[in-house]
Parts: sequence; C-alpha cells; structure tokens
Amino acid sequence: MKLSINGNTVEVPDNIRTVSELLQHFKLEQKVAVVERNREILEKKDHPTTEVRDGDVFEIVHFVGGG
Amino acid sequence: MNDRYSRQELFAPIGKEGQRRLGERHVLIIGAGALGTGNAEILVRAGVGKVTIVDRDYVDWSNLQRQQLYTEEDAIQRMPKAAVAAERLKKINSSIEIEAKIMDVTPVEIESLTEGIDLMIDASDNFDIRMIMNDISQKKQIPWIYGAVLGSYGISYAIIPGKTPCLSCLLETIPIGGATCDTVGVIAPAVQMVVTLQTAEALKWLTGNEEAMSGRLTSFDLWKNEYASIRVDKLKKEDCPSCGVRAQYPFLSASNLSRTAVLCGRDTVQIRPPKPQSLDLDALGESLSSLGLKVERNPYLLAFQPDHRRLVAFRDGRVLVHGTKDTAEARSLYHRYFG
Ligand SMILES: [Zn+2]
Repeated sequence: MKLSINGNTVEVPDNIRTVSELLQHFKLEQKVAVVERNREILEKKDHPTTEVRDGDVFEIVHFVGGG
Repeated sequence: MNDRYSRQELFAPIGKEGQRRLGERHVLIIGAGALGTGNAEILVRAGVGKVTIVDRDYVDWSNLQRQQLYTEEDAIQRMPKAAVAAERLKKINSSIEIEAKIMDVTPVEIESLTEGIDLMIDASDNFDIRMIMNDISQKKQIPWIYGAVLGSYGISYAIIPGKTPCLSCLLETIPIGGATCDTVGVIAPAVQMVVTLQTAEALKWLTGNEEAMSGRLTSFDLWKNEYASIRVDKLKKEDCPSCGVRAQYPFLSASNLSRTAVLCGRDTVQIRPPKPQSLDLDALGESLSSLGLKVERNPYLLAFQPDHRRLVAFRDGRVLVHGTKDTAEARSLYHRYFG
C-alpha cells in the first residue's frame, strides 16, 4: 500500500496492519517516536492498536541525542 | 552607536523594541560542541545581552569538521571548548557580555547556572543533561529549546513551562544507548539546520514574539529529503513527574548523579571527583613528572599517557580517560593517579 510519510509517498508491504508494525518496518521500534496519523497525534499506548490504511498520511518524529 | 543591528531592526516583527529587549536577556547555552558553537555565534551576533556557554570538554581534531568556532591551533593545544568559544565570541561582538564555564553540568551546578537566565539552549549530547535541564526549566519557569542531531537527521522543540508539554511528557521513556555520533557520524548541514530551528525560536521568545513560535516538534533528514512537523500540545500529561500538577523534578535529585560518563563522539570516559574540588595542576604535573611520565600542559588542563591511554585532568577535578569506553578500566586508572 501507499502511504505519505514525512512529505514523501512511500510504498510499504500490505501486511503492515498497525502503527507499531509500521515503526518496526522502519526500524524505529527501539526508539522513542511521536506519530501523527491523518493530522491526529497518537498516544504511545495507542500505537499497537491504531490501524494503518492505504493512503494514510503520517508524520513520524523520532528522538536522537547527539549534539 | 553603530548600525550593527540595523538589518535585524528593519525586520518588522523584531524592530527597535525587539532589539532593545534582546539586549536585556541572558541566555544559557549548555554545550559548546557543534550545536553550541552554532547557536552561540548566531545569538551573539544578534545582540543577546549576555550569553553564558558551558562545556566540559576540550577541542579535538574530530570536532573541526562541524564545530564552527574552533581552529587547528585549538585542537593542537587541546583548549577547553568553553574558553575558546567565549574568546572568539568576544571578537565577534564586544558590546555584549560573554561568559565561559568549563564544567560538567549536574543537578548541583544547574541551580547556580540558571540564576537570572531567560532562556536555555540545549546543545548537549546526551539525555542525562537534557532531563536535568527539563526539570530545572519547570522548577524555575525558564523556557528551553531542545535540539539534537545524528547523521543527516535533526530534531528540535521549544519547551515553555506552563504552556507546552515538557520533554518527559514527549518521551515517556528516556532513549538509552542506540546510535550516537561516534558510531554513525554526523554531517555539518544537519547541525546547521538544527541550529537554525533553535535560534529562530530563541529570537522569537527573546524579542517578545511568543505568538510566532512554531509550537511544533520538528525533524528532518537532509539525506532522505524528509521533513516532519507535529503539534504535540495534546501530549502534555497531568501526572508528569516534571511538569504535572504534583511535579517532583526527579532529575534534580543528586541520587541520580553518576560519577562516570561515556562521552559522545569520543572513545572517552569522564570521571568526576567525589566532591567538587579544585585541582592544583602545577603540583600534579610535578608529581607525575617525577614518576617519569611526560606531562603536557595548557592553562586549563594537564595531559599524560600511562599504559597507552591518555588522561586529561581539569582544574575542577574532572578527569577524562581517552582510549576506552570501559568505565571500570577508566576508574582504575583514575584511582592510580588521583587517589
Ligand atoms: Zn511534562
């Protein structure tokens, strides 16, 4: 399916069902990430239950520490 | 009077009034690495009344690719970053006050460092210091601007006590381990982009243009050509230990204080003395020389090389052990020479 992520159109495997799985796909599951889906910000506890659908628009920001 | 600030005053949202306000503000920059030197140069040129810059490290060759205030000579002399940065900044703008602090920032130091401060800029390289900044920000109601960079990726967010969520609200759990700039590197344009995001928000706050602030958690990746920006107001948590109704500022309690830290970007362990002290570098140099060790000195620090490791001692009693990430090995070397 096609998603918009951080301004770019991205093709991701259809077996990705939830936001948690999407973060795993991008290898962000170990990181602390803030996710917005279709302009709605998500609580971290909702990542495993929030569905990912074709055409969804995501903004994903993950935290890093360097300076 | 010269027209040093004329272009900034012509910019209508700032104007002469904003410039006057800027001249009355005191900004604390924590860290004098890539983000610290970039932020400092912009804020000093802009005419912030007083800038204090704090750093615990000295200039190394690996810094020169992105830390804009330093030269080869500083790396050869192993000059403390805060001291060199302040010296360069004074040449850039002699009409404002610039203060250097060569020290580590812990819950102990942060209390006095933040006295009379209007804004803190995060130019640190680790979450230990950021959580301390976050707690003191809430306790003393001082805004701070988080910024971080890794590879071609950067992130920033301005935290205003009483208005925005704090860093604890956003993180929930503190990121640990993972990649740092000594494992995946960092490119200068990513640094500059974070500096840009931080200083733009800083200028808005300091000139009385709070309504223009973005209120967004912003990140970018210059290599993947991505940009993301999220309104995070809803993540503010009533029960947050740092900014909630019953805030306890957990990171200001000294029990969280660790005596050893592995420095980002270096194969280096820092060891703090058991309590604050001032080290007599001359006497130390003499006793090390009498052991047959070759000792190098500058006015701020002393370096010597036992067992293929390099030890650097600062006046405030801190010691950096280079060539290892093993804190146990570093501690044993420290105890051999410093008791
Ligand atoms: Zn909070």
